[in-house]
Amino acid sequence: MKYWQYLVRRLTGGVVSLLGLSIIIFGVSRILPGNPARMALGAMASEKQVRELSREMGLTDPLWQQYVQYMQGLLTGDLGQSLETKREVATDIAQYLPATLELITVAMMFTVVFGIPLGVIAAQNKDGAVDHATRLVAFFSVSVPGFFIGVMFQLIFGYLLEWFPITGRLASEYSVDRETGFLLVDTLAAGQVDAHLNVWLHLLLPALALSMAGMGQVMRITRSSMIDVQDQDYVAAERGFGLPSWLVTYKYTLKNAFVPTLTILGLLYASLLGNAFLIEVVFSWPGLALYGVTAVMNNDFNAVVGVTMTIGVAFVSINFVIDVLLGRVDPRIRLQVEEAT
Amino acid sequence: MSTETTDAGQSTPESESLLDSVVSQQRRELWARAWKRFVSRPMSVAGLLIILVVVVAALLAPVVAPYPEHAGKYTDFAAALQGPSLDHPLGTDHVGRDVLSRILFGYRLSLMMVGVVLGFGVPVGVVLGLVAGYYGGWTETIIMRLTDTALALPPLVMALAITSALQPTLWNAMLAIAALWWTWHTRLVQSIVASERTEEYVQAAELAGAGPLHVMFREILPNTLSPILVKVTLDAGFVILIGAGLSFIGVGVQPPQPGLGTMVSQGTNYLPDSWWFAVFPGLAIFILVMGFNMLGDGLRDVFDVEVNR
Repeated sequence: MKYWQYLVRRLTGGVVSLLGLSIIIFGVSRILPGNPARMALGAMASEKQVRELSREMGLTDPLWQQYVQYMQGLLTGDLGQSLETKREVATDIAQYLPATLELITVAMMFTVVFGIPLGVIAAQNKDGAVDHATRLVAFFSVSVPGFFIGVMFQLIFGYLLEWFPITGRLASEYSVDRETGFLLVDTLAAGQVDAHLNVWLHLLLPALALSMAGMGQVMRITRSSMIDVQDQDYVAAERGFGLPSWLVTYKYTLKNAFVPTLTILGLLYASLLGNAFLIEVVFSWPGLALYGVTAVMNNDFNAVVGVTMTIGVAFVSINFVIDVLLGRVDPRIRLQVEEAT
Repeated sequence: MSTETTDAGQSTPESESLLDSVVSQQRRELWARAWKRFVSRPMSVAGLLIILVVVVAALLAPVVAPYPEHAGKYTDFAAALQGPSLDHPLGTDHVGRDVLSRILFGYRLSLMMVGVVLGFGVPVGVVLGLVAGYYGGWTETIIMRLTDTALALPPLVMALAITSALQPTLWNAMLAIAALWWTWHTRLVQSIVASERTEEYVQAAELAGAGPLHVMFREILPNTLSPILVKVTLDAGFVILIGAGLSFIGVGVQPPQPGLGTMVSQGTNYLPDSWWFAVFPGLAIFILVMGFNMLGDGLRDVFDVEVNR
């Protein structure tokens, strides 16, 4: 199979998934017992008002027409109004998304920076102390609820040791002009070093709490694929030629051991989006997930749909990017797809 | 695993039922060997013990809990937020209820969630996976597209979206998770069946005139049991985590019911002075999930199967 054919096939798969998701969400929104018009107006509104708004909102049209309208809205970025904030949902999402992306990106950075080297060290000292320690950490990290790690971090490093702030993104004494919404970038761009450091202080605990679950997985998968690769003849040959150990390990072995890790990293990035929902609640992080949770609690349906579809698009896009990379790094994967279909 | 007595024996000659009994003999020996390997691993045995202790304690909660009446809408403000003591080993919560008793009852809700989600999700997922893998073609495409769609969102977010559209109650949360869960098993079983389909024993059965149902459920299904068992064990921990997460957010177990995640969430309002209120329910979740993961990890080694969570 040619590379572009593989890409087209993957892309179609992603688009079909998103279409399916939109149908599910639309379906759920129309099956639900509460009338959206009634919810928008509140309990005090009269029957007549509800009926008028229903007609205005297109709730009396046939279902397929409603779906077409809803899809038109989604595609043009018109997600309707939030019942809670009274603003366009798209505006709200644009405001809250950068905070979440910043949190997830830093968490991902921790995952990679700690996870991969520890996995390599564990593989080199197979059955040694570091190996056992990473196994324990990996075990621990998939068994403990992410939100509980967050709460414990708050308790220990926030309340007791007072090293880090407990909630929020930036102390109130600083104010930063919003350019990108990424505070790390905005503070640097404005040359506010103190504020920049303060953003890091706020980021550290939630990002670390968020990265824990994935870190264990990355360590283990790096370890096991490193072990597979370092037993290969060509690695022995490289050592025989007298190449320095670090060069063999980090350049030649790790490169070939990287494919499974890359797959896991993609899945992780996606699962971070899910776990961010919990971590943002714990740390009152003003991101998309907290916005989504608030929307859920308030029955703010347009906002829920907006958040869900945004995350769905992000999720599918990440998976697509990973497929693109994997197809490049390891051509065998393209062949597997061909065989499977 | 108990396919010793087969229907085939009734309508076919003696020799075939003899073959069947040899096969079932071998199968039993295989399981016996697996059991031996299992008990030689301290981690997996410890995992099993944790699960057993928790399950028994949860089942007997009305008997073993120090204050069974504290499970629900009980208040005694004079006893609120007391630290761990002999009377209340894990302290009391913001309205004076015994945290230990509530954890034991909370375990019941967690385990019930596991039972409902997996009790629905696994059979549905396995059957769809068998059908997709066995028939292939359009059937497979449709079923697998459906699973891809259900997996187009992180499970927690999907469950959140579904729960929000209905009402945020324990049952709806379970319904939402169950509505997603079958997909993982469909994927697992489909991939196994797709490779087993071309094996000789399957072809032999088909040549002997066995119908698709017989081939799927009697021939192929037994060969998928060990990966499914491993997956179910690992799943249990995962379901507990998601359930606790939903409850923590506020769309799962509703107060005054003692959801473990709900208790952590309530407890965070009383940090750091009344730390026990948030910490012990959180640890309780961790211990049970750890038990399932230890058991699942051990089983994965015993059966030597590749199953990811």
